[in-house]
Amino acid sequence: MKFKTKLSRLSPNTVQKIAFAGLLAATSLVLLPVLLLMAVLIGKGVTALSWTFLTDIPRDGMRSGGIYPVIVGTCWLVGGTIAIALPLGVAAAIYLTEYARRNFLTWTIKLAIVNLAGVPSIVYGLFGLGLFVMLLRCGVSMLSGSLTLAILVLPIIITSSQEALASVPQSYREASLALGATRWQTIWHCVLPNALPGIMTGAILAIGRAAGETAPILFTAAAFYLPHLPNSVFDPVMALPYHLYVIATQIPNIGQDIRYATALVLVAMVLGMSFFAIIIRWHYRKKRC
Amino acid sequence: MSTKYGKLARHIGEFVIEKMIFLSGLITIAMVGLIFLFLLKESSSLFDTVTLAEFLGGTHWYPISDPPQFGVVALLTGSAWVTLGAMVIAMPLGIACAVYIAEVAPPFVREYLKLTVELLAAIPSVVFGFVGIVTIVPLVRSIFGLPTGLTGMAGSMVLAFMAMPTLVSIAEDSIRAVPSTYKEASLALGATEWQTLMRVIVPAASPGIAAAVMLALGRVIGETMAVMMVTGNAAVIPSGLLQPMRTLTATIAAEMGETVHHSDHYFALFAIGALLFLITFVINCLSNLFVTNVKKS
Amino acid sequence: MLNEPYKLEAINLDVYYGQVKAIRNATLQFLPNKVHALIGPSGCGKSTFLRIFNRMNDLIKAARIAGRVLLDGQDVYAKNMDVTELRRKVGMVFQKSNPFPKTIYENVAYGLRINGSMANKAELDARVEQSLKDAALWDEVKAVLHKNALELSGGQQQRLCIARALAIKPEILLMDEPASALDPISTGKIEELIYELKQRYTIVIVTHNMQQAARISDFTGFFLLGELVEYGKTAEIFTQPQDKRTEGYITGRFG
Repeated sequence: MKFKTKLSRLSPNTVQKIAFAGLLAATSLVLLPVLLLMAVLIGKGVTALSWTFLTDIPRDGMRSGGIYPVIVGTCWLVGGTIAIALPLGVAAAIYLTEYARRNFLTWTIKLAIVNLAGVPSIVYGLFGLGLFVMLLRCGVSMLSGSLTLAILVLPIIITSSQEALASVPQSYREASLALGATRWQTIWHCVLPNALPGIMTGAILAIGRAAGETAPILFTAAAFYLPHLPNSVFDPVMALPYHLYVIATQIPNIGQDIRYATALVLVAMVLGMSFFAIIIRWHYRKKRC
Repeated sequence: MSTKYGKLARHIGEFVIEKMIFLSGLITIAMVGLIFLFLLKESSSLFDTVTLAEFLGGTHWYPISDPPQFGVVALLTGSAWVTLGAMVIAMPLGIACAVYIAEVAPPFVREYLKLTVELLAAIPSVVFGFVGIVTIVPLVRSIFGLPTGLTGMAGSMVLAFMAMPTLVSIAEDSIRAVPSTYKEASLALGATEWQTLMRVIVPAASPGIAAAVMLALGRVIGETMAVMMVTGNAAVIPSGLLQPMRTLTATIAAEMGETVHHSDHYFALFAIGALLFLITFVINCLSNLFVTNVKKS
Repeated sequence: MLNEPYKLEAINLDVYYGQVKAIRNATLQFLPNKVHALIGPSGCGKSTFLRIFNRMNDLIKAARIAGRVLLDGQDVYAKNMDVTELRRKVGMVFQKSNPFPKTIYENVAYGLRINGSMANKAELDARVEQSLKDAALWDEVKAVLHKNALELSGGQQQRLCIARALAIKPEILLMDEPASALDPISTGKIEELIYELKQRYTIVIVTHNMQQAARISDFTGFFLLGELVEYGKTAEIFTQPQDKRTEGYITGRFG
């Protein structure tokens, strides 16, 4: 009670100053650790980072050597993911923005996309295990992993492509149709080229997401230790996020610097992708104005 | 003649392309359906040997003892504790952060703050887990004087950070979406900006903020790797956040690699997956409801 | 009206948007090599009416029509009508200029490329040049053909859209208020252009500018609230209108 009366005696402007300071403190508490985290990762990771680390295979039970097959494995896994998810996702987005009527089916598809985005990543892993690894007999392999990750990133690609397509002015479509172009010609020659930056941004974000996910590849693709590169898409593969999990929790007596360096490489890959996407977005936003 | 053939080819080509596009839309729904069907199919085999009541009400998770016991109460409680802890930390901080970014921060700072939030969103879960092990776990141990820092508390703290991007960006969007006329009306009546914020803007944005909280909740419940790495993974019913505990997600991730395929244990893990799917499905539908309500009003 | 065969005609045409009847029982004919103006206050259904002829109304899901539309005596809404073929014959210029965000050259070449009708580059170049000349834009842009079309001025953009429509050699040109967003000088240029173009095309132009209709058209139709009130030779409509409502509009009592 006493506190309250005291507070009410403060002028509104003083209250505002205190409140804003509180908000600033909360914001700092949320965001400063991120910068701190980055600084620590870079500071401690850079010392172990070397050309050998990036190009050598893991040695001594992963306690020394490098992470070359891990990096390459991640790239392949992610490449496969995008090759599957991008055409499928963009096509679904085209259907939704350019063809779909407002009916029950469209509503169901939209609800499905929203829910697909909210499914926990470990559940994708279970699904991939059940469908691709077991039922379709792809085994624990790059193919199974890429397929599983593709479903995971599908909502990202669909939603960003939908936004990009919807932002193409209707007048472009009208002009093209009035020139005797068919619907598909209009989409292919006129709508898609204009939506490309947005679609690219979504694709890059999807790449970053796929590169960082562990749970979906845990039992569909990831190899604990595989000192050489996979020979085919039916081989298991080492991947950075899983490798970091392994060396952070499963292997005792490993140099901290190797852990930090691996984390740094992973973060650099994922954030590099995000920044690339952000730059594309800014570039085109500026151009449009 | 040749143009006629060309035209026919074009018509057929167009027909095929349009059907393929339609098909990929259908594949998307099929996926959601398939995921659920798969989880149901694989987990239904469990209930040949275990009743649903034993599964949902059983307090013992001893999947490899003889006879095995598949009670998820300990895991559910673990998930609940960690989630609750994370939301208690994340909600006030995240909403305050969203309010600051949306309404208080100067414009040039705002862009950098938003960039930092995106940065946070992009960091992989396993990196959060690793950094949690080397920073938060020892911190929790020394602050609370515990034998181990691998506890629900460490999990909650890591998860709170992981929930931030979803919470902050969606809450911020909905605060920014409040019409500026509301703000002007309040300011013109002599209210301070803070009074305007608390009495007009935040209440007006509350459905969107609620949706943000729900989505963050979904994210927290479903999070796997980071949680598995820092919570200690003891499958006993915890009585507080300062004990090691194990979540639903971590159980699947930790045990699936060692099960015999198509054993009861394997099916039990799928049943946990189905349970998780249902929980997140309900949360998603709820947040979707909030979002559509916002759009309508 | 005359004994010449009609190029394009609408017979007892009704247009609905959902339950709303936007156009009521309109009948009128367009002749080759003439300019036909459709005038009336805004929101009276002129633009809707124009879009009937190249079936751009197909894009609006709630729209449907009753009555007949004939192009060279053939039903435009017949089941076997190829809509893309129709739109190549019946070109359209929109109210707001809408060049693609491509180069000037690519804008004009767009319709030719999607049809695949131009075998070689020289042929394509020639057609692009001719179309730009026909649209009285060539001299202004011949040095900057590969610049983005969005860098042109508003009037130039609109003439580019006309050139783009001309490139695929339509027989009819529908113009939906082509000069409404332009300054007087650009408007003058477009009007001159329309006068030139009528030597080769059937032109239908929607305008809310009566002076413009009087200057450039041979026939004028007056729309009011979805009804075609009066249609006839421009000189007659403007000097001795048969209907009181037409007279009221022309003398400026409303609209």
